[in-house]
Amino acid sequence: MKKNNWLTFGFQVGAIILALLFTTAVLLLAGAPPLQAYLSVIKGTVSSMDNVTNVLSAWAPLLLTTCGVLITFAAGLWNIGIEGQIMAGAIFTTGALRLLQNSSLSTGWILVIGFLAGLVGGAIWAALAGVLKIFGGVNEIFGGLGLNFVATAFALYLIIGPWARPGIASTSGTLMFPQKLWLPTLPKVALSPWALGVGLIVVILVYFLLRGTHFGLRLKAVGKNAKAAFLMGVPTWQYSMFAFLLCGSFAGLAGAIQVTSVYHRLTPAISSGYGFLGLLVAMLINYQALWAAPVALFFAALNIGGIQLPIVLKLDSSLSGVLQETMVLFVLLVEGARQQLFRKR
Amino acid sequence: MNVELKDINKTFGAVHANVGINMKIPAGTIQGILGENGAGKSTLMKILSGFIRPDQGQILLDGRPVSIHSPADAIRQGVGMLHQDPLDFPPLRLIENFTLGHAGGLLPQQGEALKDFKKLAEQFGFSLDPEAYVDSLTVGERQQLEIIRLIWLGARVLIFDEPTTGISGPQKVNLFNALRILAKQGMTVLFVSHKLEDVEGLCDRVVVLRQGHLVGGTQAPYNTHQLVEMMFGKEITLGERSAGCAEEVILSLHEMAVEDYRLHIGRTNLDVCRGEVIGLAGMEGSGQNLFLRAVAGMVRTVGGQIVLDGQDLTGRSYHVYKENGVAFLPASRLEEGLVPGLTITEHVILAEESSGFFINWEKGRQLAQERISEFNVKGTPANTVESLSGGNQQRALLALLRDQLTLLLLEHPTRGLDIESTIYIWSKLKERCHQGTSILFISSDLEEILHYSDRVLVFFSGKVTAPLEASTLTTEKLGELIGGMGWPKSNGEGKPS
Repeated sequence: MKKNNWLTFGFQVGAIILALLFTTAVLLLAGAPPLQAYLSVIKGTVSSMDNVTNVLSAWAPLLLTTCGVLITFAAGLWNIGIEGQIMAGAIFTTGALRLLQNSSLSTGWILVIGFLAGLVGGAIWAALAGVLKIFGGVNEIFGGLGLNFVATAFALYLIIGPWARPGIASTSGTLMFPQKLWLPTLPKVALSPWALGVGLIVVILVYFLLRGTHFGLRLKAVGKNAKAAFLMGVPTWQYSMFAFLLCGSFAGLAGAIQVTSVYHRLTPAISSGYGFLGLLVAMLINYQALWAAPVALFFAALNIGGIQLPIVLKLDSSLSGVLQETMVLFVLLVEGARQQLFRKR
Repeated sequence: MNVELKDINKTFGAVHANVGINMKIPAGTIQGILGENGAGKSTLMKILSGFIRPDQGQILLDGRPVSIHSPADAIRQGVGMLHQDPLDFPPLRLIENFTLGHAGGLLPQQGEALKDFKKLAEQFGFSLDPEAYVDSLTVGERQQLEIIRLIWLGARVLIFDEPTTGISGPQKVNLFNALRILAKQGMTVLFVSHKLEDVEGLCDRVVVLRQGHLVGGTQAPYNTHQLVEMMFGKEITLGERSAGCAEEVILSLHEMAVEDYRLHIGRTNLDVCRGEVIGLAGMEGSGQNLFLRAVAGMVRTVGGQIVLDGQDLTGRSYHVYKENGVAFLPASRLEEGLVPGLTITEHVILAEESSGFFINWEKGRQLAQERISEFNVKGTPANTVESLSGGNQQRALLALLRDQLTLLLLEHPTRGLDIESTIYIWSKLKERCHQGTSILFISSDLEEILHYSDRVLVFFSGKVTAPLEASTLTTEKLGELIGGMGWPKSNGEGKPS
C-alpha cells in the first residue's frame, strides 16, 4: 500500500513536469524567454508584502468555490453553474449594502447582512439549477451554463440600469461603496482576515463533512449510485438538492467577498473565474478535501503572479491559466494512464 | 475454432485467481467450466475474451498463438463473451445496441441489420422487439440480445458466463437448443456455470476449477458425485424445509392492481403469515418483479390496498415501507444494490440506523468485520464492493440487512451462487423466518422455489395464481404453469385447475 502511494505521487510529479514542459513549449513558440517568464510569475507572488497579501486575498474566494464543488462532485453533480452562483451572491450582497448603507445600522451589521444576503443569493441560483435537474430532467451542466449567462446579463442590466453610476452608464461597474463598507483589513495591507477566516473555516468544515459524517457518506453514496443509495434508505433527491444549496451558499459567500473586500462594487466580471478555477482545483486534487487548501493557494499564487507578465515581458497574463489548465489535463491524463497500466498487469 | 490455453496465470494483489491453467477445446464442442464462486472461472474467461490480460501464458486459436488486447480485438479474432451482468446500453434501442459494435462505414446499414436481427432472433426462438429500449428488458432478454449480437459480429468462440442464472426454465430450453445448433455449426461454446444440472444436461466435456487451479476434467456421461467432489472437495446435500405458517397475518393485499407500460396485474388478494416464505415463479418479465416492487412501495399501485402489520401503506413511498420493517434486495447487485467505489465498512454504516452526526469509524469497521465473518464474505472491511466476486457481493448485500425485519423481498437471492453459498444463504434467511420475518422471493430456479417456499405464486403475462401449497407441487406442474398451461380461460387472477 505504502509503495503504491509513492508511485502515485511519482506519477503526479511527472504530470506536473509534463505540464511545465508543455507550457515552456508554448512560451518558446510565442518567442518569449521561458525562464524569465517563470521567474516573473514567482516574483509576482513573493517579491513584496503586497504580492503575498494579494495571493492570500485571492485564496479566500478560491477556497470557497473549491469547497463548494467538492460537495457537488461528491454528490455526482457537475456544478458548472458555480460562476453564476458567485455572481448571484455578489448581486445580493451589493443589493443589501445599497439598501442599508444609509440606514442607522452599524457597519458591522450591514456587512454581516451583506454576507448572509450573498449566501442566500448563491443558494437560490444553485437551487434553480437543482430544481431544473431534479424536477425538470435538465442536466446540471446545461442548466448551470444557461444560468451563468442569465446571472451575467442580470448583473449588466443592474450596472447600466437601476444601479448605474450617477451621470455615467458604464459597464465597468457600479459606484464604489464608501470605505466604511469595505471589509476591514489588517493594518497597512489589503488583506482581510475576515475573508480568509471564512475560507479557512469552510475548508475545514467540508473536510470533516465529507470524511467523517453520515451526511458526507450518504452524499457520496448518492453520487456513486443513486439507485442503491435510495434502496438503502437515503432520500436521494433531497441530498442532491442539499449539495446544490451548500455549493451555492459557498459560491455566494465568495461573491460577497469579491464585493466587500476586493472590488467594493459590482462589476460584470466579479467572479474573476474563481468558479471554474475551483472546478479545476477539485479535479487536480482528485476530489480529496485534504489537498484543497494548498493547491488552491498554489493556483491563487499563479493567478496573482501572472499579473506581472504583461508589464515585465509584454506577455498576456493568461499564461498562468495555460499552466493551470495543462496541469489539470496532464494530471488527469497521467492518472488515467497509471490506472490503465496497473489494471493490465 | 479450436481453442487452446497454455499455462495461464493471473494474480490480483494477493489472490492467485488462475494458476497454470492448461486446456484444449476442439471446435464444435460445448465445453463446461464448473467451479464455485471465486474459483477463477470468470477470470479465465475474461482473459480469453480480452477483458484482462494474463500475467503469463498463451492463447492459441486454431493452433495459432494470438495476443488479445481488448474485447473488440477478441471479437475480430472470433471470440465473444456473454457476461453474467449483460454489458449493454440501457438508453438505446435493441437494434442500436445490436449494430453498435459493428465495424463498417459511417452510416450503419440499419435495414440489413434489422433483417439479420429478426432472422437470428427467430432462429433461436427469442421474441425481441428491435424498436424497444434496452432498459425495458429483463436480464434474460438482455442476454438473448447479446447472444444474437455476438453471433452477428462473427464470433466463432462463444463464452457464456452463468447464462442460466437470470432466465426461466423455458428460456433455458431455448438457450440450450441454440447452443447445440451453434456447436453443430462448428462453433466452440464455453459454458461457465456452477449448476451441475445444466452442465450435465448440456456439455460434451467439463473441466472443474477450484481456487484458481484446474482440478480435473471429464466427459459425458457424468458422475455427479465425482463432479461435486471436484468442485468442493466434499459432497453436500440440501437441507430440510421448515414447518408451515403461524396464524398471524403480516401482509395483506386486498384487490391490489399494478401496471407498467407492458403488463397489467389485476386485482390480487394475498395474506402472508408471519415467518412464511412465498416463492414467486414465472418466466422473466411475467409480472413477478412488478408485483414485488409494488409490495415494496417502489411502484405505485393502481388499485386496492396494501396493509402491513395492520397499517395501511397504500400509496406510500418505499422509505415509509422501509421504516416499517420492509427490505428489498434487487437482482442487479452492482446497479441497484451496492454502491461501487465504497467499501464494505461504508456500506455497513450506510445501511445501519445512523446515530449522531459524526461517523464512528472504529465501530463501523468492527461491525463490518462481524458481518463479514457471519456471512462468510471473502473480503476485508476496507475492500470496495466491486472488487468482490459476484457471490460475495450477494453475501455482502444480505449482510447489510437490518436485524429486525417484518418483510423481506428478494429478487433472485441466490443467482450466480454455488450450492454451498445457496444453502448457507438460505439457512440465514430461514433463521430470520424463525425470528418472525416473512419472505417473498423471485427465482428462476424451480428447485429453489419448491425447496424453500411454503407457498408459491405463479406469474404468467401479468396473471397470478392463487397461492399454491409448495408441498403439493411438482417441478413438472410448476413448469407447465410458468409456460402458460393449465390456466383458466378467464382474465384477471386465475385459479389453475
